[in-house]
Amino acid sequence: MAAYNDVIVGLEVHVQLNRLKSKMFCGCSTAYHDAPPNSHTCPVCLGLPGSLPVLNRRAVESGIKVGLALNCRIEENTLFYRKNYYYPDLPKGFQISQYDFPLATMGQVLIKGEDGERKIRITRAHLEEDPGRLVHAGTIDKAKYTMVDYNRCGMPLLEVVTEPDMRSPKEARIFLDKLKSILDYLDVFDGTLEGAMRVDANISLKGGDRAEVKNISSFKGVEKALSYEITRQRNMRRRGMEVIQETRHYDELRGITVSIRSKVEAHDYRYFPEPDLVPLRVADWVPNIRASLPELPDARRERFREEYGIADDHAKSLTSEIKVADFFESVASRAPPKLAAVWIADVLKGELNYRDVGIEQFSSDDMVEILQLLSEGRISDAAAVSVIREILDHGGSPAQVVEALGLAKAGDDVVLQAVRSAVSDCVEAVSDYRKGNERALNFIVGQVMKGTKGRADPGEAHRLVIEEIERL
Amino acid sequence: MIAMLSGLKKDLASGSAEEYLEGLFERIEKSKLNAFNTLSKESALERARKFDRSPWGGLLAGVPIAIKDGISTKGIETTCSSSILRGYIPPYDAHVIERLKAEGAIIMGKTNMDEFAMGTSTETSCFGPSRNPWEIDRVPGGSSGGSAAAVAGGEAPCALGSDTGGSVRCPASFCGIVGLKPTYGLVSRYGLISYANSLEQIGPLTRTVEDSALLLEVISGNDPRDSTSAEKGQYLAGVRESIAGLRLGVPREYFGEGVDPSVEKAVWDAISVLEELGASWREVSLPHTKYALAAYYIIAMSEASSNLARFDGLRYGKRMGEDRDWHTTFSKVRSAGFGKETKRRILLGTYALSAGYYGRYYLKALQVRTLIKEDFERSLADVDLLVSPTMPFPAFRIGERIDDPLSLYMADVFTVPINLAGVPAISVPCGFAGRLPIGLQLIGRHFEEDLLLRAARSFEEATPHHLRMPEVA
Amino acid sequence: MITIKDVEHIGWLASIEIAEEEREEFVAQFNSVLDWFHQLDEVDADDVSPTYRVLDLVNVFREDHVLPSLAQEESLKNAPKIEAGYFKSPRIV
Repeated sequence: MAAYNDVIVGLEVHVQLNRLKSKMFCGCSTAYHDAPPNSHTCPVCLGLPGSLPVLNRRAVESGIKVGLALNCRIEENTLFYRKNYYYPDLPKGFQISQYDFPLATMGQVLIKGEDGERKIRITRAHLEEDPGRLVHAGTIDKAKYTMVDYNRCGMPLLEVVTEPDMRSPKEARIFLDKLKSILDYLDVFDGTLEGAMRVDANISLKGGDRAEVKNISSFKGVEKALSYEITRQRNMRRRGMEVIQETRHYDELRGITVSIRSKVEAHDYRYFPEPDLVPLRVADWVPNIRASLPELPDARRERFREEYGIADDHAKSLTSEIKVADFFESVASRAPPKLAAVWIADVLKGELNYRDVGIEQFSSDDMVEILQLLSEGRISDAAAVSVIREILDHGGSPAQVVEALGLAKAGDDVVLQAVRSAVSDCVEAVSDYRKGNERALNFIVGQVMKGTKGRADPGEAHRLVIEEIERL
Repeated sequence: MIAMLSGLKKDLASGSAEEYLEGLFERIEKSKLNAFNTLSKESALERARKFDRSPWGGLLAGVPIAIKDGISTKGIETTCSSSILRGYIPPYDAHVIERLKAEGAIIMGKTNMDEFAMGTSTETSCFGPSRNPWEIDRVPGGSSGGSAAAVAGGEAPCALGSDTGGSVRCPASFCGIVGLKPTYGLVSRYGLISYANSLEQIGPLTRTVEDSALLLEVISGNDPRDSTSAEKGQYLAGVRESIAGLRLGVPREYFGEGVDPSVEKAVWDAISVLEELGASWREVSLPHTKYALAAYYIIAMSEASSNLARFDGLRYGKRMGEDRDWHTTFSKVRSAGFGKETKRRILLGTYALSAGYYGRYYLKALQVRTLIKEDFERSLADVDLLVSPTMPFPAFRIGERIDDPLSLYMADVFTVPINLAGVPAISVPCGFAGRLPIGLQLIGRHFEEDLLLRAARSFEEATPHHLRMPEVA
Repeated sequence: MITIKDVEHIGWLASIEIAEEEREEFVAQFNSVLDWFHQLDEVDADDVSPTYRVLDLVNVFREDHVLPSLAQEESLKNAPKIEAGYFKSPRIV
C-alpha cells in the first residue's frame, strides 16, 4: 500500500531492556522466560505492602544510550512518576513511569519512506516498569477467570514515542525495523525473546479522530493492524459515520482490530512524582556514554558501501544486525568482500532464517574456506550451497563436507568426456538444437550432469556442449 | 529509672528473660487495654529461653519489644488493623526489624493502631479501640495507640510506632511516655506499610529519653533498599551532656486559642525548668502554621489514595463472595475491607489528584508545604530548638470525636507541621491535667536528634513526671 | 460542590464501591472537608515551588546484580485463590 496523503500514524514502542541482569527496581533475575510462574518475584516487584523501589543504574545508562542513538536531548533533571490505574497485572495499583521531565526528548530517525527519505521525530524516550502477564482460560471475552504471572512484573522498559510522522503501514514497519536495528547494535535488548518489543499504534485519517491499537507484539502485526484500520476508517467515512477516539486490540488470528472500550473512556492517571524515588541528575554521564556508542547501522552501511564497494541492498542486509555486520567484516578481511557480501547476504542469511537460527551457528572461518574453494573453482555454486546447508544441519568443516558428499567439481577431462558422450548419444536432441530448439540443449546438459554425477558446473557444461556440437 | 532499658538488660542477662516475658504476657492476658493485635508468645518465649541458656550480646540483648501492626514482620500476621489485611503474613522483615534482631531484641507481638495509620485515637481499628492506661474510657491517642498503651501500661518495656502527622508523638503525649519522630529519611521505611510516604517515619515509644536514644541508635541509618534513606549520627554518646546555653524558640502560633489551659500551664512550667537548666528562650513565629493541617491532609490523602491501591484481594488479604468481572470484584473487596475513615481518605485523595483539581489541591498543598518548611528553617536559624505543647488537650473520651472527622483532624494542629517540614521532634511528659498526662514537644533541625535528645533528657532528669505510672488493675 | 454523581465517579476511579445508603453521607462529609481545604486558596503561592520531598538526595541507585527471588510458594502463600502456580483473578470482561 503506497503512502496516502491523509493517513497519519504514530507509534509508542515498549522495549524491554532484557539484557540487564536484574529488574528495574529490584534484584530479581530478568531471565524469567522459561521459568515457572511467579518464581522470579520478590516483595518489591510483587508490590507487597511496605516494599520500596530502588533504581537499576544500568537501566538509566541503557536509556541514555538509546536516547543518544535516536539523536535525542538528554534531560538535565529527570524524575519518576506514578501512573495510577487498576488492573490485575499491576500489583501496586500504579506503574512507576515518567511523565514530566522524561529521560530523553526531541530526537529523530531518518527512514527511507515510500516517497523518499522521511524524518520520523522522536517525541520522547522514557523509563518505566513492565506489568505482569495475564493468561486467559479461553479467549479474553469468554474466560471465566484469569491467571496472573508476575515474573515479568518490574522488568525494565524503555518507551519510545514518535510524533505522528508516518504516512503508511509500510513506513511504520520500516521505522520499527530501523529502531530494532539500532537497539540491536546498542546491545540493550535481545529481540528474539518473547515480549521484548511491544507496539501501540495510533492511526487516523486527516481530519478524523484517532484509534489506538494496543499491544501488538510483531512488526508484521503492526503493518496488518494498520492496514485493517485504514480500511475500517475509510469505510466508516464513506458511510458518513464518525471515527471515534478509542482503544482497540489487535486480534492476531483473525487479522482484525476489535474495540476494547471500557465502561468509562477517560483514564485519569492522576500522575504525581514518585515519593519513594529521588530525582536523577545524569546529564554529565552523557559524554562518556556518547563516546562508548558503537558505529550505528546507518553509518556502518555507508562505510560498507564505500570501503568494500558493495551494493546498497547488500550493505543494508549485512548491517541490519550487528552480529551479521561483524561476521561480514571478519570474513571480508580474509576473502574477496564482494563475493563475501553475496554469499552472506543472499545465501547464508536465507539458510539461517529457514532454520530459525542466528549467525552464531556458523563460523566465519568456514565461510572464508568456502569462498576460497569457490574462487579457486574447486566447487560449483550449487555445491557451495550444499556445503552451507550440510554444516548447519550436521556440522563438520567445509573440506570434510566436500569430501564426504563428493562435491568437488569434476576435473576438466572428466567433464569433456561426459560432454562428448552426451553429444554423441543424444542424436535427436542435437538435431533438434541445430534446427533451432534451444531447449533441446538443456536435455543434453542434463545428460552431462548425470554422467558426472552432478559434479560438473552446469554453466560450464552448457558452454562445452555448444562448443562440441559446433566442432562436429 | 532514667535508663530503664539498660537496667532491664542487666536483669535479663542474669537469666530471667523468660520469666520477665511470661510476666508481660500474663499482664496482657488480664488487660483491658486491647493494646495488642497479635502476640508471638511461642516464638518469643522460645527466644527468651535460648537467651537465658546462653545470652547473646547486642544493644538490646534479650529485651522484648512490641511492634506497631503497620510494620512488616516475617512470619507474624501484619494487618494495619484493617479487615482487608486479616491473615496477611509477610514473607520478609522490615529493615528496622532486622536491626532490632541483630541487636538481640525479642519481638513479642504486634500492636493495635488506627486502620492504616489514619487517625489520632486508635478508634478506627477493625479490632476496636485500645484504651488509655490512665483512664480506661479514654483514647490512648493514635495512630500508634496500641504501642503507647502497651508501654505506659507496663505490657512492654518499649515499642515501635510510626509517625505521619503525629502518630508517635500524640499517643506519647496522651499516655505520658516518650515518643520520637526522627528526621525524615533517618530510619528506613522498607517494610513500613505506607500511608503517606513523603511524610512518615518509624519512631520509638519508650518510658525514658535514654531508652529512646538507644532505640534510635539501633534502628537508624542508611538502608540501600530505601532510596530516601540517609546516614545516621550518634545518639547515645552525648545524651547526658548539659544544655547550658541552649537557645529555645517558643512559636506564638502554638499557644492561645484552642489550647487547653492546663496544657498551656504545664508547658510554660516546663519552659521555666529548661531555663533553670541553663537554656534561654524567646518568642518566634511560624506564620503559615494555620494552613498546615489542610496542606497535610491533602498531601497525606493524595499519597494514601495511591499507596492503598494495591489492596484488591488478589495477591493477599480477604476476598469473599463470588467473583464477577475484575473491576466489580476489586471494588467490592475494597468496599468491604476498608473502614469508613480509610475509604473517605482514599476517595478524597483520589479527588485531590484528579484531572482539573490537581492544581488547586495537591500542587497548592505542596507549595504551602514549602512555606511551612521555610518557616521552620528560618526560625531554627536563630534558635536551636522549638518548644510547644504536643497536643492542644489531654486524652479525650472514646467515641467523643469519631463521628466528626474534622474535629479529629484538628487535634493534629501542633504535630503535622513537623512532618511537612521533615524535621525531628520528641514528646516528653511534662505534667498532668488531673490524672491525664500532658506532653511537651521539642522540635529540632534536620538530623540534629542528638541535641533534641539531650535537651529532652535534661528536662526529664529535672522532673518527676516520667516516674508516675498509671494504676492498672 | 460535590454531587452524588461526582462521588460515584471518584468511587469508580478508586475502585471502591459506595453503597446507595452511604452516598449521601459521603457527599456531606466530602463537602465539609473540601470547604475546609479551600482555606488554602487564601495563600498566595504563585512564586513558590512545591516541595515533593524534604531531603536533598539525588541519584540513588542499585547495581545491576541478581539477588534471590522468593520461592513460588512464598509468593503465592497469602493469595486467597491460586491455580497451578498462578494467582487466580476474576475475569477481565
